[in-house]
Amino acid sequence: MKVLVSVKRVVDYNVRIQVKSDGSGVVTDGVKHSMNPFDEIAMEEAVRLREKGVVTEIVAVTIGGQKSEETLRTALAFGADRAVHVKEEGDIQPLTAAKALAAVFKKEEGKLFLLGKQAIDDDANQTGQMVAALLECPQATFASKVEVEGETAKVTREIDSGLETLEIDLPAVITADLRLNEPRYLKLPDIMKAKKKPIDAMSFADLGVTPGAGLKVTKTSPPPSRSKGVMVKSVDELVEALKSKGLI
Amino acid sequence: MTVERDVMEYDVVVVGAGPAGLSAACRLKQIAEETGKEINVCVVEKGSEVGAHILSGAVFEPRALDELFPDWKDRDAPLNAPVARDDVYLFRSETAATKLPNLFVPKTMHNEGNYIISLGNLCRWLGEQAEALGVEIYPGFAAQDAIIEDGIVRGIVTGDLGVDREGKPKEGAFTPGMELRAKYTLFAEGCRGHIGKRLLEQYNLREGVDPQHFGIGLKELWEIDPAKHEKGLVVHGAGWPLDDANPGGSFLYHLENNMVVVGLIVDLSYTNPFLSPFDEFQRFKHHPVIKQYLEGGKRVSYGARAITKGGYNSLPKMVFPGGALIGCDLGTLNFAKIKGSHTAMKSGMLAAEAVAEKLAGGAEGGDVVSAYPEKFKASWLSDELFRSRNFGPAIHKYGVLLGGAFNYLDQNWFGGKLPLTLHDTKPDHECLKKAAESKRITYAKPDGKLSFDKLSSVFLSSTNHEEDQPIHLTLKDPSIPIDKNLPLYDEPAQRYCPAGVYEVVDADNGGKRFQINAQNCVHCKTCDIKDPAQNIVWIAPEGSGGPNYPNM
Repeated sequence: MKVLVSVKRVVDYNVRIQVKSDGSGVVTDGVKHSMNPFDEIAMEEAVRLREKGVVTEIVAVTIGGQKSEETLRTALAFGADRAVHVKEEGDIQPLTAAKALAAVFKKEEGKLFLLGKQAIDDDANQTGQMVAALLECPQATFASKVEVEGETAKVTREIDSGLETLEIDLPAVITADLRLNEPRYLKLPDIMKAKKKPIDAMSFADLGVTPGAGLKVTKTSPPPSRSKGVMVKSVDELVEALKSKGLI
Repeated sequence: MTVERDVMEYDVVVVGAGPAGLSAACRLKQIAEETGKEINVCVVEKGSEVGAHILSGAVFEPRALDELFPDWKDRDAPLNAPVARDDVYLFRSETAATKLPNLFVPKTMHNEGNYIISLGNLCRWLGEQAEALGVEIYPGFAAQDAIIEDGIVRGIVTGDLGVDREGKPKEGAFTPGMELRAKYTLFAEGCRGHIGKRLLEQYNLREGVDPQHFGIGLKELWEIDPAKHEKGLVVHGAGWPLDDANPGGSFLYHLENNMVVVGLIVDLSYTNPFLSPFDEFQRFKHHPVIKQYLEGGKRVSYGARAITKGGYNSLPKMVFPGGALIGCDLGTLNFAKIKGSHTAMKSGMLAAEAVAEKLAGGAEGGDVVSAYPEKFKASWLSDELFRSRNFGPAIHKYGVLLGGAFNYLDQNWFGGKLPLTLHDTKPDHECLKKAAESKRITYAKPDGKLSFDKLSSVFLSSTNHEEDQPIHLTLKDPSIPIDKNLPLYDEPAQRYCPAGVYEVVDADNGGKRFQINAQNCVHCKTCDIKDPAQNIVWIAPEGSGGPNYPNM
């Protein structure tokens, strides 16, 4: 079974995000980037499925500029067999990304598409869902457990009221939530090997995708800074303070 | 715990992807290309990426870069702000300052032809050049120790990953470190490298030279009002908030894009145990000369790093069987210029040339690369360091005014060739006075606009360490902080650490307890240097841990 995993290059989760002074976005120059953590989880799941003998081939795919190649190399070090790089610079909106990813999935004749539930840069949480819609195939989002048997997958999902278990037919789209697994440490020899694995480059045009601009960012602003705390002496005083602010 | 380790073999392993290590790696590959003889080079870096742990002023002298990549401009090296003007101030008090006439500024402090840069970004760029030349760079892998067999350095072993607080392997996560074996290993860990420290001791490399001297540099990156920004302006200062018993200097550089960097360097020979370099830096920013630029601006990043500044008189032996020290691991910073990047690069290039000669001659490795110190001696680097040898000791011995006058004479009239050498023979950790004999310093509360507290500062360094791992700040004797350092020196670690790692807190038994918040550590190594009992030993935490400095 062939599985596709999409990976995105984002500003590293440890980096303190700075909003540009003109509000046009966040500072990305000279800042550490890495693979979106949810995509790492999707990648790890693919590798575990292969270790269980379910998956035979893992193809990592990314959309982005030249530097996104680093992210693909990380995916290859995790254990992807090869990679597809849709080389496009600039900001790419979820629908455009979904169209390109769906096109790659069709071209590759994949059986399972694993994605992170969302990317930590724009937190859009749309791409996986839209890929499934475009492919007209079942989807199971926010997965915390995945079992594949024959032509179906049993997926446990994290929902507001608890856990929900779905059984879906393959081909299907599954998006990974935080508790699906804990990604392994990459080993030096695997990083070395990853440098020699093949990457196919293509463009939106090659995939027949026209980038859209359905969304417009009007303003980016930092969260309001926290105001100074007040020390209260007793529980009564605390209750009084909360009441006076209309919080309870 | 004995573990099976994978082994990889290289011609040369370089520890640390800073200016020295990357220049050495590039030079090796360039020579391999020129001669058609393959040289395998691997660089390991404890930071999560190249540049993540790099922190420097920095005014950069391009001399070594001109030699390494003469076409650096065409290669888009990030040198974007040529120095336009040098201002040098003597800060007399918290409000007064005197601008020195250009004529009286020591020549080494003139910066025509230099650039204000982010050294982190220069290293990122050098990393790209190195990879294009075929160097294998592995960020996120910390060299834990040298492999020493029969007195010969045979490479390094990288740290184990997935080890819990107690040192036990974590279920499903444990990944043993690798042995990276090499014919020659170049150590470029920067100031007070933890392996370099061991090698200095083991091979007795410091014999016959002055003790090494250090400073701690604290730095912030600010985005300021475009109306106040003057691209290329370099401001240096001496004096307040420091003094002759606790010397140091300050800087403020105007980079491109309305960014400025501001910083304070405190000599680790400071004597008052109540001094807090961090708080001195915070109050320094309130001086009118500095405030005029920062006011209304926004602080973007913060960081700190120790500096090796002993210079020529403190240079240890550079080589030992199977390897060499380069850059600040060796101690090549030119204190008179307050610049160490070009000298670090040059030392790496010289070591690379010497190693390449060995390899070309068919050497098996493991021997002493004596051509490196010979090339060093014959180079401009040695000459430059020789001319600056008196600068630091003069300030330390005679203070800012008299020492400064000496330096003006020595540098401007004699080109650093006055026929005498001043020595500074007291190690920094022995310089503290007892708390009882020292004046307690009260620092004003930060205003949240120009000055800030430690924790919000560390937050801006984007520092992170995997929580469940052994504490990488180890104590030889855990009783010393409370039983000795506290009564004698009021445990100065609480104050010299720029990241709030060390705290003395109330213990359950009513006494005091020494708490180590290792997760905050920005890898500056000051504790390893300044602890009066030399009891704190810095070891490498799990790879990728530590700061993630942007544009620093």
